[in-house]
Amino acid sequence: MSFDHDTVTAFAKSFGLFYLVAMSIGVVIYAFWPANRKQFDRAAKSIVSDDEDRPWL
Amino acid sequence: MVAQLTALERTYAAIILVVVICVGVAMAVVGRGDLLAVHGWIVAAYGMAVMVVLLRGIDASEPWEERFREYYDDPTRVGIILSLIWGVIAMAVGVWVAALLAWPDLTFDAAWASFGRLRPVHTSGVIFGFGGNALIATSFHVLQRTTRARLPDQLSPWFVLLGYNLFCVMAATGYFMGMTQSKEYAEPEWYADLWLVVVWVVYFLIYIRTLARRREPHIYVANWYYMAFILVVAILHIVNNLAVPVSIGHAKSYALFSGVQDAMTQWWYGHNAVAFFLTAGFLGMLYYYLPKRAGRPIYSYRMSIISFWGITFMYMWAGSHHLHYTALPHWVQTLGMVFSLVLLVPSWASAGNALLTLNGAWHKVRDDAVLRFMMLAAIFYGIATFEGSFMAIRAVNSLSHYTDWTVGHVHAGALGWVAMITFGSLYALVPWMWKRPALYSAKLVEVHFWLALSGTVVYVFSMWNSGIIQGLMWRTYDQNGTLAYSFLDTLVAMHPYYIARTFGGLLFLAGAVVAFYNVWMTISRPAPIDEGAAADLPVEPPAPRAWAQAGE
Repeated sequence: MSFDHDTVTAFAKSFGLFYLVAMSIGVVIYAFWPANRKQFDRAAKSIVSDDEDRPWL
Repeated sequence: MVAQLTALERTYAAIILVVVICVGVAMAVVGRGDLLAVHGWIVAAYGMAVMVVLLRGIDASEPWEERFREYYDDPTRVGIILSLIWGVIAMAVGVWVAALLAWPDLTFDAAWASFGRLRPVHTSGVIFGFGGNALIATSFHVLQRTTRARLPDQLSPWFVLLGYNLFCVMAATGYFMGMTQSKEYAEPEWYADLWLVVVWVVYFLIYIRTLARRREPHIYVANWYYMAFILVVAILHIVNNLAVPVSIGHAKSYALFSGVQDAMTQWWYGHNAVAFFLTAGFLGMLYYYLPKRAGRPIYSYRMSIISFWGITFMYMWAGSHHLHYTALPHWVQTLGMVFSLVLLVPSWASAGNALLTLNGAWHKVRDDAVLRFMMLAAIFYGIATFEGSFMAIRAVNSLSHYTDWTVGHVHAGALGWVAMITFGSLYALVPWMWKRPALYSAKLVEVHFWLALSGTVVYVFSMWNSGIIQGLMWRTYDQNGTLAYSFLDTLVAMHPYYIARTFGGLLFLAGAVVAFYNVWMTISRPAPIDEGAAADLPVEPPAPRAWAQAGE
């Protein structure tokens, strides 16, 4: 296989499609995974409900 | 401020400043006869000015141990003020360049005041000076609050903030002297670029080191946006600025790439500067300050994660839509166009998420102009991203490209989204940082809000009109197949809109001046005595009464 323009282009056009689609599916699965729900809810609430403006020691 | 540094940090600061001053003098020596020497003296003077501040406080007592029970906010406070100063100056220059287009004589025959030099002072001033300082200031604030950890040390945040502003000063002064790499938003020359790399790596390390010390296991989504901003801007900056200087004593350099590769690299950088500097970082602001101010958690945390990864991975490929109908291969143009269209999904997910967070709290939006700034930012973010995707379509681009429509689009994003979310966040942040119950005047925030909104609308509408007229005149042919209008005809048609645009910009500038005054008054007024704190003070011993004296 020669490393010329056409080869690189063909690789970019095919591989790019697969990894971006795979990544999108991965992100959606992560975001909707039922076990993650609790920590997401907690994270969303945590910034609103912090009563004292100090670092935790 | 120096009193907050430990003795060791003061020593390190002094060493760094000596090195900076020496480098400045060295630049002045090897670059004599060249503009590089001027920058050398500026670097040395900047280093000496900071050194004076350091030396005046060098023998202050060590900071008390109790500081670890507090967040480290001094750099954030200074960053807020610097951001507003840069904002007012750079927006004033913006009004000037807008006026120059309507009345070209306003250069007053001075080379430094010509359009080509003033314009990058405006763009770099608002993007890097105003926006960048606001991003640094708010990122330090958000990072500490969401990780529940203090910044890892007291020196590196100052290095980042002051080092970054040195870069901004070199950029602006260089443009006035006529120095440029001729790359949009990347105009500063090689030595300034190298310096920014050092500063930026330290910035990223602060983030990583603080995250490593975090007490809150989950990394809140705003931090992801800020980190994407820092990391990707580093990559973009390094690759696009690869250049070979003429010599070590010469300010001029030549880009490593040439031809269409150079154009592609530049617009990969240029569009991602919009994506990661002007979007990702400010989305970090939005995802923290909007829920915080509204007192409601973000509507969908899951949606914020999906839009984060969407924006991060898709924006990377959109840059080639700046090069439609050029020597760039057709499929690369199409790639940029398609990714620009797909980008609408994560962009609207963020804008919708912000507005749905406010759904049910509209009374707060009505009463609180600070929150209204943030809401308006989300709306403009939605509008500007829709418009951007639309303009990236090749057929639409054939009308819009090289016209004022692009300028209008950029300002819908820059004024409507970036500046509004920045002002909203800074207004929210200022009372917290200076421990004041509220801003000096809520009325002035209201005044600023309407000045900013009307200024943006006037600006954007005049540029839409001007741009579309310009685009249509460029493509109108007569019966013989030749162009119906000369270039001068288009200028005459655009002139009224240029005046309107200047007026819109002036309204926006007036709003920024009001903001600066309001923040300044908030800070400079003495802090009110906290009623609750009074109980915590030792009670003064009662004066001995005459009738209880000994010997009675």
